[in-house]
Amino acid sequence: MTMQALMRHRLLWPFATLVLLLAVNAVFNPGFWQLQWRDGHLYGSVIDILNRAAPLALVALGMTLVIATRGIDISVGAVVAIAAAVAALMIGGELVVKGGVQTHVSRFPMSVAILAALLVAAGCGLWNGLLVAKVGMQPIIATLILMVAGRGIAQLLTGGQIITVYYAPFFFLGNGFLLGLPFAVFIAAAVWVVLHLLMTRTALGLFIQAIGINPAAARLAGLHERLITICVYTFCGLAAGVAGLVISSNVKSADGNNAGMLMELDAILAVTLGGTALTGGRFSLAGSVLGALIIQTLTSTIYSIGVPPEINMVVKAAVVFVVMLMQSAEFRAAVRGWVVRPAAGGAR
Amino acid sequence: MQATRMARIDSRYVPLLGTIAVFALTAGYGSVAYTGFFSAQVFLNLLIDNAFLCIIGVGMTFVILSGGIDLSVGSVIALTTMVSAALVEHHHWSAWQAIPLVLAIGTAFGALMGWLIQRFRLQPFIVTLAGMFLARGLCYLISIDSISITDATYTAISQARLPLWSGASITVGALIALAMIAVGIWLAHTTEFGRTVYAIGGSEPSALLMGLPVARTTVLVYTFSGFCSALAGVVFTFYMLSGYGLHAVGLELDAIAAVVIGGTLLSGGVGYVFGTLFGVLILGIIQTLIAFDGSLSSWWTRIVIGALLFVFCLLQRAFESRR
Repeated sequence: MTMQALMRHRLLWPFATLVLLLAVNAVFNPGFWQLQWRDGHLYGSVIDILNRAAPLALVALGMTLVIATRGIDISVGAVVAIAAAVAALMIGGELVVKGGVQTHVSRFPMSVAILAALLVAAGCGLWNGLLVAKVGMQPIIATLILMVAGRGIAQLLTGGQIITVYYAPFFFLGNGFLLGLPFAVFIAAAVWVVLHLLMTRTALGLFIQAIGINPAAARLAGLHERLITICVYTFCGLAAGVAGLVISSNVKSADGNNAGMLMELDAILAVTLGGTALTGGRFSLAGSVLGALIIQTLTSTIYSIGVPPEINMVVKAAVVFVVMLMQSAEFRAAVRGWVVRPAAGGAR
Repeated sequence: MQATRMARIDSRYVPLLGTIAVFALTAGYGSVAYTGFFSAQVFLNLLIDNAFLCIIGVGMTFVILSGGIDLSVGSVIALTTMVSAALVEHHHWSAWQAIPLVLAIGTAFGALMGWLIQRFRLQPFIVTLAGMFLARGLCYLISIDSISITDATYTAISQARLPLWSGASITVGALIALAMIAVGIWLAHTTEFGRTVYAIGGSEPSALLMGLPVARTTVLVYTFSGFCSALAGVVFTFYMLSGYGLHAVGLELDAIAAVVIGGTLLSGGVGYVFGTLFGVLILGIIQTLIAFDGSLSSWWTRIVIGALLFVFCLLQRAFESRR
């Protein structure tokens, strides 16, 4: 019960922010909450936000664990582009008429292509993990290497072009519906549930927190600190890979130049908004999902109230400033000082 | 005794010497492999085309020496080009009014971020990230489209060239970059500010216990980086003759890469402004090599820079663990 109260307290601010944003949306756009049942699935602004937030939520989930170990992964945007490029290249696809029946033919079977893309993405994460845990580089620099080179690799794979996919079954990942809801939402939800169970039903969550709070102490306590760190980075790469598949399936193409651009920053922002401190330790998966939803809702709010979308970045900056100031103990103390100062002066 | 001290000094200079050696080797390879590569103008162009990178590199070196990071530099460049272009083209200010103003804006921007970082113990990464969003967003508030500059002063400065020996020449931007490198070296090695930056990067608690002005210096480091970004923005305006919100996207990463390749340790406290110059030149010469080759695509630049970063970070780790 107390645990539940604590949970509620930690997620209060991100949740309140999301509710506020949704309320603003509802005021400016009366049809915001309307859901329509068309062609066997739900349509509406809320569904749209859920669908678009799914890739960011996936990346943010991976990022949460990395940040919990006191790390950071700024290569996820590049990994998104690489995974999308691998999948698009291997699927390719064309529409062939066989005996009067139109069939989609892919270059490799789709399952092989998806598996390969995910393996490559996990490999990228493993590379980051090895640099951080084995070589001992600072996380921001270790992942900077892949961020710089990875974008180049993605461009190399796509030849600097946008590769279009002509294979309908692949589009299900990013555009399909299951039980009336977008399939991408199910992917993100499944990853979240699995992670949540792993973190709460096994000791893994505790281990990750321990590493984030004090890596040396965690190692002395007998944790396989390096192995866990490597696994966390590998998972972050894998999650970025899944997001890359969803994104490329959604736009039916892979763009090595721009896919996943600045996504690392949005993901870090989502994690921070969700209440996970960048200093590592305590983390909240649900908070990060909320953070991703906040960012996506913010974007659609900006569109719906009719301000130019370019203001998006200024609003985002303001949100980051407010959130990080609220997370700072010094700032809270300063505010308390400003508020309480007259009384304190009187006491003196 | 003498021998150990010699060895110690040597190991401090090894990353710097390594950087210079890599540059010399690359330049040598280019000169042998491609005709026309070994000319004064090709090497001067390295400086001319990367003048803005050089200038933000100086600011970034101080930030990294103090153990921090500044992700906002590229977007401050964009904001500077945008404000300059809007003032000169839309409001008909003269260049001599616009340039001091944009320099002041950049400096104030850096000071604000430094104050937030120092006063509220916020992480430099997140503060400067928000600063990056803010500066880019402000660009778009001014205009979504690119504004080209036709002002006479700007075009004159942009085309001005100082002739050197045998037909080679250098631009105003490159001269500013060289001046900033000199200023950086002077600041780092002869002033109290420079020594305090090294001390903070080495160990902030120790610097505090020594009674050094840690708080003031931390704010000043980001202020200086903000000034450098704005100055680089002015040079970038001369270079591109336009203001655009998408100018210099991702340049902060190039700057960090140049500083790291220049031998500055990311953990802070160790490094040289002079090394950053060579870091920038190495990034430039890779691009030049790829341009001279002609058969390689532009994305090879990024892959090679990534590989170089990897090698240099690996070497840094080796030095750190030896110490």
